[in-house]
Amino acid sequence: MLKMRQADMPTSRRAFLKGAAVASATFVLGTFVPFGRFALAEGDAAAPKPVIDPNFFLRIDSDDTVTVLLKHLEMGQGVSTGLSTLVAEELDADWSKMRFDHGPNNPKVFNNLFFGSYIGTGGSTSMANSWTQMRQVGAAARAMFVAAAAKQWNVPAAEITVENSVLKHPSGKSARLGELVEAAMKEPVPQEIKLKEPKDWKYIGQKLPRLDTPGKTTGKAIFALDFRRPNMLVAMVARPPRFGGTAGKVDDAAARKIAGVVDVVQIPSGVAVLAKDTWAAMRGREALTIDWQLDKSEGRSSDEMLAEYRDLAGKPGLKADRRGDAAAALGNASDVHEAEFVFPFLAHAPMEPMNCVIELTKDGAEIWGGSQFQSIDDYAVSQVLGTTPDKIKIHTLLSGGSFGRRANAFADWAVEAAHIAKAIGGKAPVQLVWTREDDIKGGLYRPMVLHKLKAGLKDGRITGWQHAIVAKSILVGTPFEGMMVKDGVDATTVEGVAETPYQIENFAVDVHNAKTEVPVLWWRSVGHSHTAHVMETTMDELAGKAGQDPLAFRLSYLKEGAREAGVLKLAAEKAGWGKEMPAGTGQGIAMHHSFGSYVGMVAEVAAQEGGFKVSRIVAAVDVGIAINPDVIAAQVEGAIGFAMSAILRNRITFKDGVVEQGNFDDYEPTRMKEMPVVEVHLVTSAEPPSGIGEPGLPPLAPAIGNAIFAATGKRFRSLPFQGPISA
Amino acid sequence: MITLNINGQNHDLDVEPEMPLLWVLRDRLNMTGTKFGCGVAQCGACTVHVDGESRRSCSTMVGDVVGSEITTIEGLDGKVAKAVQTAWQKLDVVQCGYCQSGQIMSAIALLSMIEKPTDADIDAGMEGNICRCGTYQRIRAAIHEAAKSLA
Ligand code: FES
Ligand code: FES
Repeated sequence: MLKMRQADMPTSRRAFLKGAAVASATFVLGTFVPFGRFALAEGDAAAPKPVIDPNFFLRIDSDDTVTVLLKHLEMGQGVSTGLSTLVAEELDADWSKMRFDHGPNNPKVFNNLFFGSYIGTGGSTSMANSWTQMRQVGAAARAMFVAAAAKQWNVPAAEITVENSVLKHPSGKSARLGELVEAAMKEPVPQEIKLKEPKDWKYIGQKLPRLDTPGKTTGKAIFALDFRRPNMLVAMVARPPRFGGTAGKVDDAAARKIAGVVDVVQIPSGVAVLAKDTWAAMRGREALTIDWQLDKSEGRSSDEMLAEYRDLAGKPGLKADRRGDAAAALGNASDVHEAEFVFPFLAHAPMEPMNCVIELTKDGAEIWGGSQFQSIDDYAVSQVLGTTPDKIKIHTLLSGGSFGRRANAFADWAVEAAHIAKAIGGKAPVQLVWTREDDIKGGLYRPMVLHKLKAGLKDGRITGWQHAIVAKSILVGTPFEGMMVKDGVDATTVEGVAETPYQIENFAVDVHNAKTEVPVLWWRSVGHSHTAHVMETTMDELAGKAGQDPLAFRLSYLKEGAREAGVLKLAAEKAGWGKEMPAGTGQGIAMHHSFGSYVGMVAEVAAQEGGFKVSRIVAAVDVGIAINPDVIAAQVEGAIGFAMSAILRNRITFKDGVVEQGNFDDYEPTRMKEMPVVEVHLVTSAEPPSGIGEPGLPPLAPAIGNAIFAATGKRFRSLPFQGPISA
Repeated sequence: MITLNINGQNHDLDVEPEMPLLWVLRDRLNMTGTKFGCGVAQCGACTVHVDGESRRSCSTMVGDVVGSEITTIEGLDGKVAKAVQTAWQKLDVVQCGYCQSGQIMSAIALLSMIEKPTDADIDAGMEGNICRCGTYQRIRAAIHEAAKSLA
């Protein structure tokens, strides 16, 4: 097995692969189900049968090195460690011998089992969809090694044990995995696979060291932007100053005079300058004079868009959730609480800006990049080049963060690179590079969102709740629409409000799909990035009005034994909820369920000169079985570090259609001194694992906002939390 | 022709003196451990050492560092560097890892100046390095860990 890749595979397997590579020319996302709660269950008729043949997923060398070919993009979330843990557990491999690489874009093998027959990483689904499959791969490989050893030693297979990559028989015979590769490869892939009982797990549940740490602490890890091809040209694109604009007349005379500039070409997204190095490409781009055509572009300022959103919120919208009769219940209330929340557009701003290398081949192309939705990227590029996705070979490389940015229905970065390569007739490999300004100004933002709600209280209980959400839909008009949009309601706009676990009898949610040329996209935790804040701030405000403890109030609306209640209680217990706090400081609590996982948080903040300081976050997390508790803790710490910037200051704003921010000076991520102390506690669980890339984010803003209120009496609703606080 | 001393070796380069050191490293010398994050001295992903001190290579013209000793992540050597990299590995600091070359370069510069940095020293010394993945808690812990191992 196992040490072979496609080219060296036995004929029968090669034949299978060849068949597998024939992709259909049409791109129908009928079975594409990107998110946990829409996920196809294992065994669902619509789900393709998972491939568990180790020959596709593992390379084992004679020195015992086991390389796992990943079906998911490693972008920092730790998936290389997670998937390898599952394999190593069942293979009984020595952890120090485990390595990883990204798998090829063969959808018949590397598909996300929750996405039907497509390859993709997102919706915090990686570990959940691979949980059984990758253990089966490891177990199948183990069985093949054991069978090979049994033959060589002429002993019953059942008497052979495997530990730390060594096979042993009581007779004293032993062999390393590496010594048996050739023989094991010839064994059939077992059809019946028995997985270990949880009590026998050696790696699952342990803090195994990350596999990507060594390369990332020595500068040796190769990210997409580090990839080089011989004679490669670097391309930068001048794009319209407003969304919806296009390039008209171009004067490139000055650009072409810059040393190192090789070519200037017009492509649909703008004007590309190709040069011998990045520095020349940058200067070449600056020297262009372009007559932009802006008549169809978005020309409004943020305030004008918001005024329209407010107008829409006052009108009846599309029905996203209806329970009981909310209007009548509000009429019966003794107190009606009204609130408005505004959330700005946000850029993902992953540390590594968008980029990729593309090289045209005789019938397609090869791409090296941080591809997150390989099955969209290869299709989209094939359309540009007039070929089929199977002719597009994607080499997925490590990516310097994504937070949703690299996974989009437009495959914007790959498509742009393909247009440039095509425009120069494939005369050289092209590395497309976006600068930070290109990234911050480039769109595909978390949508601007307006929430308006009314909640009625009587005798300390919620009588009814009316809620309106206005945002541009992420999915309408994309290939995901068929699956995730129902009767015009985009699930990603309303998730987290529409399916609130709080048992509120009379509940109505309306949604309005606002229109703008500004392109929008999921941003770490998608709709939950705003809905959790609205729900958990409002529950806190209602608890206050009802004169009840915020924790007890929430628990009284949750079902007995609910996992939501479990994380609330654990966070409260570990944080010392309700303890005496010094003047000017306070605690706040919040909880949210997203992507199959549950996170409760208690924040501690202190009012300080010019604002507030978040000193401590205690998080309680229920992800089912915790495959690697340390990676889970890291993801929660990271989600907090990432989200702090959106709580403190980040916003993308428009002035007459032009984005006002451009780099980390005016779109400044969280910095060291702003990072709170984070404690992560896990709920012990035997439920199958769910994701943790995103769920750590949603409860943070409301926990902090609620703590600021407890500390100072100042209530922040809209994000970011800006404005005066007096203790 | 410009001569740069990088990681103890002289490189003769046919580049303009205004070219940023970052792009000379990455595009001319294929030393890609030093990263591009912002290009305007805001993020620290491009941090190198020039005569032992942290410098943002994206905003350093090569003409200004002729005759200086330039060290990149690829050329790290010595006790402090080893302690920092070991601590980073022990605590599994990295996530995407893209900022981490710069973080490590800054941490080494900090520990070379202050043997036992306080939290406030770390806040100040690491202020210029952004980690979008939010690994700050572990960076802080790893710096303390490295200081301890060097004591
Ligand atoms: S790339 Fe130099 S500081 Fe950001
Ligand atoms: S580890 Fe990703 S930016 Fe720091």
